Amino acid sequence: MEDVKLLGAWPSSFSYRVIWVLKLKGVKYEYVEENLFNKSDLLLRYNPIYKKIPVLVHGGKPIAESIVILEYVEETWPQNPLLPKDPYERAVARFWTKFEEHTSPTFFSFFQSVGEEQERAVKEAKELLRIIEEQGLGEKKFFGGEEIGLADIAFGWIAGWLRTMEEAVGVKLMEDDRFPRLQAWIENFKAVPVIKENLPDHNEMLAYFKQRREMFIGSATS
Amino acid sequence: MFGMRVRIALAEKGLKYEQREEDLRNKSPLLLETNPVHKKIPVLIHNGKPICESLIIVEYIDEVWKDESPLLPSDPYQRAQARFWADYVDKKVFTLGRMVWRTKGEEQETITKEYLECLKVLEGELGDKSYFGGEKFGFVDVALMPFYIWFYAYETLGNFTWAKRCMEKESVSSSLPDRHQVYEFLLEFKKLNGIE
Repeated sequence: MEDVKLLGAWPSSFSYRVIWVLKLKGVKYEYVEENLFNKSDLLLRYNPIYKKIPVLVHGGKPIAESIVILEYVEETWPQNPLLPKDPYERAVARFWTKFEEHTSPTFFSFFQSVGEEQERAVKEAKELLRIIEEQGLGEKKFFGGEEIGLADIAFGWIAGWLRTMEEAVGVKLMEDDRFPRLQAWIENFKAVPVIKENLPDHNEMLAYFKQRREMFIGSATS
Repeated sequence: MFGMRVRIALAEKGLKYEQREEDLRNKSPLLLETNPVHKKIPVLIHNGKPICESLIIVEYIDEVWKDESPLLPSDPYQRAQARFWADYVDKKVFTLGRMVWRTKGEEQETITKEYLECLKVLEGELGDKSYFGGEKFGFVDVALMPFYIWFYAYETLGNFTWAKRCMEKESVSSSLPDRHQVYEFLLEFKKLNGIE
């Protein structure tokens, strides 16, 4: 069996996506923590295009971009599948996975901006969460149906990172009971053993987010 | 542009389909119903079920009609590379490309430089291969080809033999509009939007 290496960074939800999937499939791997403020030669060599984590290296061959990595892992280790067999259902799962990517700029803006720009981001973020809840999740327990699938993994950051982000920014996106189904999904997702055992420490994450938030506010108002 | 990808894929598989032209300034109820999230084309409707997002549609077509002209390779690592580069086309070529003709002056110069860098990267990835897919026309070729018709308008690529090779394929040439038409269209658009 060829060796598997994952280049990741502890605060990154993208990194965790790959960890979750590797663990769900019982794939042994070596984890390499990258310092994103001082990227290693290894990372720059393995991902010269974007210079980002996560990067999966299998038998010396690198794969970059988290969703590309997830599809690769799914195909290479088919046990505990994340995608259904039916092509239409697969297309739907891929659609929602892609949709998550589409929402990134809004949530980045929410976290990084202040004033009017942030207000706009808050409004947009809530609309996106509404679409995710009503059209993506619907009445299902998970995006993948009865079991977690690719889209659940892609939206996993909402379960593990959003609350902390809201705390660091001081603005709630998922207020009270406005998103009951998404809220239920968060609880169900975090209850999955592999997920439960592989989430960043809340306090560490909060400290990290607060620090980053200070930095963004600083540069936004200077 | 993205609709062309689907047309090429359908043609590659030799499939018959009904084509509905959408007026994007006056979207039909069918479009709004089948793509409520983005309200965009292309949408493929197969046996009454809608599939959205051009690359997802192409992958769907490749999976359902898997015996005819496969677009994705069978090896998982090669597939990962194909997906990576198709995604690169979306992230970089598309995003930068549309900014090239929407900006002017110094900003346009900077973006054009970045855009050309991306095309160089793609050229590097193509290397000596006939197609991005290797010996056979594949997923990344489908992803990138529609942008070729915009290259003439940017006057950026003179010697792009890969594109000429793709254009020789019936499935491609019958799916793409004439690039001179596109150039005229862009000039009109610029005028209408006050971008000189």
